[in-house]
Amino acid sequence: MVQIDAKNLDYQHLNSLIRTKIAKGENYFILKHVNGQRYIGAGIEKNIKIEIYGTPGQDLGTFMQGPEIIVHGNAQDGVGNTMDNGKIVIHGLAGDIAGYAMRGGKIHILADVGYRTGIHMKGFNKKNPVIIIGGCAGGFLGEYMAGGIIIVLGFNKEKPNVGMCLGTGMHGGVIYIRGKVDPSCLGEGAILKKTTKRDYKILENLLKEYCKDFSINLKKVFDSPFQKIVPASSRPYGELYIA
Amino acid sequence: MCGLTGFLHKKRKEISGDLIATSITNMRERGNGLGGGFAAYGIYPEYSDFYALHIMYEDNLSKAETETILKENLYIAYQEIIPQRQTPFISTPPILKRYFVKPKSALSPDDEIVKEVMNINLHVKGAFVFSSGKNMGVFKGVGFAEDLANFFRIDEYKGYIWIAHTRFPTNTPGWWGGAHPFALLDWAIVHNGEISSYGINKRYLEMFGYHCCLLTDTEVVAYLLDLLIRRHRLPIEIACKVLAPPFWDEIERMSEDEKKLYKSLRIVYGSALLNGPFAILFSFKDGLVGLNDRIKLRPLVCAETKDMAFMASEECAIRAICDKDAKIYVPRAGEPVIVRLEGGTD
Amino acid sequence: MRVREYPDFFIYRDEKRCTNCKLCIKECSYGVHFYDKKTKRVLSDESKCVGCKRCEVMCPTHALSIQKNPSSFRENALWTETYIKNIYKQAETGGVLLTGMGNPLPYPIYWDKMLLDACQVTNPSIDPLREPMEIRTFLGRKPDALEVEKKAGKNILKTHLPPQIMIDYPVLFAAMSYGALNLNVHRALAKAAEELNILYNTGEGGLHPELYKYGKHTIVQCASGRFGVHPKYLKAGVAIEIKIGQGAKPGIGGHLPGEKVDKEISKTRMIPVGTDALSPAPHHDIYSIEDLKQLIYALKEATEYQKLVFVKIAAVHNVAAIASGIVRAGADAIVIDGFRGGTGAAPTMVRDYVGIPIELAIAVVDDRLRKEGIRNQVSIIASGGIRCSADVVKAIALGADAVYIGTAALIALGCTLCQHCYTGKCPWGIATNDQKLRKRINPEKGSQRLINLVKAWGHEIKEMLGAMGINALESLRGNRERLRGIGLNEKELSILGIKHAGE
Repeated sequence: MVQIDAKNLDYQHLNSLIRTKIAKGENYFILKHVNGQRYIGAGIEKNIKIEIYGTPGQDLGTFMQGPEIIVHGNAQDGVGNTMDNGKIVIHGLAGDIAGYAMRGGKIHILADVGYRTGIHMKGFNKKNPVIIIGGCAGGFLGEYMAGGIIIVLGFNKEKPNVGMCLGTGMHGGVIYIRGKVDPSCLGEGAILKKTTKRDYKILENLLKEYCKDFSINLKKVFDSPFQKIVPASSRPYGELYIA
Repeated sequence: MCGLTGFLHKKRKEISGDLIATSITNMRERGNGLGGGFAAYGIYPEYSDFYALHIMYEDNLSKAETETILKENLYIAYQEIIPQRQTPFISTPPILKRYFVKPKSALSPDDEIVKEVMNINLHVKGAFVFSSGKNMGVFKGVGFAEDLANFFRIDEYKGYIWIAHTRFPTNTPGWWGGAHPFALLDWAIVHNGEISSYGINKRYLEMFGYHCCLLTDTEVVAYLLDLLIRRHRLPIEIACKVLAPPFWDEIERMSEDEKKLYKSLRIVYGSALLNGPFAILFSFKDGLVGLNDRIKLRPLVCAETKDMAFMASEECAIRAICDKDAKIYVPRAGEPVIVRLEGGTD
Repeated sequence: MRVREYPDFFIYRDEKRCTNCKLCIKECSYGVHFYDKKTKRVLSDESKCVGCKRCEVMCPTHALSIQKNPSSFRENALWTETYIKNIYKQAETGGVLLTGMGNPLPYPIYWDKMLLDACQVTNPSIDPLREPMEIRTFLGRKPDALEVEKKAGKNILKTHLPPQIMIDYPVLFAAMSYGALNLNVHRALAKAAEELNILYNTGEGGLHPELYKYGKHTIVQCASGRFGVHPKYLKAGVAIEIKIGQGAKPGIGGHLPGEKVDKEISKTRMIPVGTDALSPAPHHDIYSIEDLKQLIYALKEATEYQKLVFVKIAAVHNVAAIASGIVRAGADAIVIDGFRGGTGAAPTMVRDYVGIPIELAIAVVDDRLRKEGIRNQVSIIASGGIRCSADVVKAIALGADAVYIGTAALIALGCTLCQHCYTGKCPWGIATNDQKLRKRINPEKGSQRLINLVKAWGHEIKEMLGAMGINALESLRGNRERLRGIGLNEKELSILGIKHAGE
């Protein structure tokens, strides 16, 4: 285990230090006094673990393939940007653009996320990325989604659970929202479909791990029904163009 | 790309500029050294009743020409070079001077000052008024924010509202007049983003006598605020809804009264809509406002404690200067966050 | 030396394909094709051909090809074929040359010399297919400021806004009179306007009773001949357009040749069957600007201030000054028709040599009104040769609130711009009242084609706006920063108020 005090350490030094230690065989890092350092975990292909105390900066875990990152606090924008595999757990808020172009792995967020979460998530065969949000999501959740699963639990009662243009441009993947969904929030090409027993099995599976991460009672999660949002078509713009 | 940060102390406790400098320095990544700046309120208590004009001059000729104009219409109580500290990181600054003035004419003093500012900026080559409010001032230029803080001796000022900016210019090359904050009377604004409606915002403002001479799109925001809030007397939250109005879809779903109001706002003030991504902080003598564009394309984070309120592009900039127990929250797209000083006038 | 001896077109009939089915004889309204009993073949008299291409399109075996007559005069840059033949016509008849549709001469087209901007890196482009993109527009007079007061913690609007017309696309159907066109075309225009939530314009021929139900999408025109103008007519639509002039023939009045005045037209226009319906050049109650103000308020009083009043003028040299006067006379919108505007009939000399391009007119009018601080008191509607959605975007960037399409709408219905509308023999069934020919326009199908056109343009406009990083049309209106000129001289750039590409 390596403990690093990140106070007054700029991101280049911090990340370079982490990479050097990984090359030496270290695989568990605790970072203290993190405040705004960017790109922590960027591009790391080993299954290491990083625990962060403080507020990591933009693009946490971007392009990573394998690490587990736990944040004891809020994260900023770009969490898990184009991540290929691994797990990110945020014990607080995450900013905008979390999980952009995510290709695999999991992101678990305790509280709210900002706008444009899970844009263009993609999945193939066994690789099915998952984002689970405990609070509310802002607008454009799952825009242009091509694969993967997004779950919003909506535990923050002060705001609506989702924002405008939900699933706009979806052509793959699925979004589950706990509680009611205002149909006017649905974006172009996204439709509500009946949630089946199979869906609930999937949800239970994924939420078991989520609840364990945050010590939440699984029963509490299922005290409201879930809505399911899927693409209306896998080729939503087929009729639009004429040569 | 740019970075912005600001805070106010609700009970007007005077806070040294060190704090804001720490905050903006934390976001050094967001700038590229081509601009930075600060605005502070409550810094000129001995001249609190006078307009503090901060003017930058390319050379002594523009200074002489401007001072002739100033003497014509204004009573100058005191004037001096703005105190500076030599630093290797700030090179070739323009001549920077401040004047504490009152208009000679008895008519609306605010309008007179605006006229003076537009006149100098438009007609005197090489002279630019970059601050014109009472008991407040803007300090800005080319360089990294922390270096400008050092240059302008920001640590020596004490104010109860502070905003700061670090610049990564998009359209025009960095120059001293193009740094943020942009100010007119006691409005000061810092901006992150690019205004794609600039061409029409500018032409719309020209119809009302405002001239955009500082080659930066952010300038229009300062003037729009003056027009909408001071001259048209729109409540601040309504002025914000002019800049970032709800979508027609949303308006359709509102109550009859609200629908009429927002529809009329969009119809009458369409040319004042700020299009493009933005996060702005604007301060005035009684408070601080944060606002995002309607689809939140730029980041903005806020925090509140018992006595203070903070707003910044990134949470870390707030964490660097606030208490551990500060409550962090994120405003919604197009929803203004308005924090007022206790005992303010509006 | 007779003009008949120099046909404009040459009809190529592929004998291998022609089956002598005689369909072309039926389709052609100009009597070009005929059946020769002796040779048992269909033959053609090209001297009558106007180049409408109806027979070419309808021939079941594609045997016909209408081509520009390859037989030519000796090349002469000054004395082109057109000028030579026009003199033959006038020498024969002593008549004023008449023509239809818009100015075809190769004057500079400023639309093609302006380029649009796109956002990259410093500003994100917006995805119109997935993100909100608003092209809704409101026409009408707008106050400079709004008064908002706080009552019990709520913000209440105090100002009373004058009537506004909401349109979902910044594209309207231009004035084309009932008479110049037949009722089937008007039915198609009205229905499409309703479906698209835009407006169509009656033109100066009055309003057929059957179309009153489309009132919410109708602009009724009040032209100098005051055809069909009565109180119910004035109250039938949402706006009244005073037609002072039109781009195709600035300074002269409307012209409906007697060939096109049948019983129905006679009823609506209230003139005898077969008479030429010539509108006077000026409104005889408007000889100066204060008279215009008088007419505007007369109309407002007559309709209890419920209808917007538009004033339509041709783009001429002092269009900016005229526009300023029109605003101060109380109009709610100014329609400017550039010199490419179409018409059913106009003297060739006036159509081709009078007026100025709409691009320049929009620019100078918008500038002038802004300089005078009165731009928000009117909406500007631009018209005259708008060919595609890029033209619409450029027109709005120059300062227009919306555009009218006339020629484009007729082309959507099948028009091939043969310029013979004045004959009343339009084989496409558009510019004719002939009992048989007008049935060739099916109002249902026609309205669908118009809807398709405007919807497609709407998509394209949204794409171009998105590329510019704009998600509300009001941020494009008058935003000259998003235009750049290419191949324009200093003067042209200055008049248009745009920079050159590269700046």
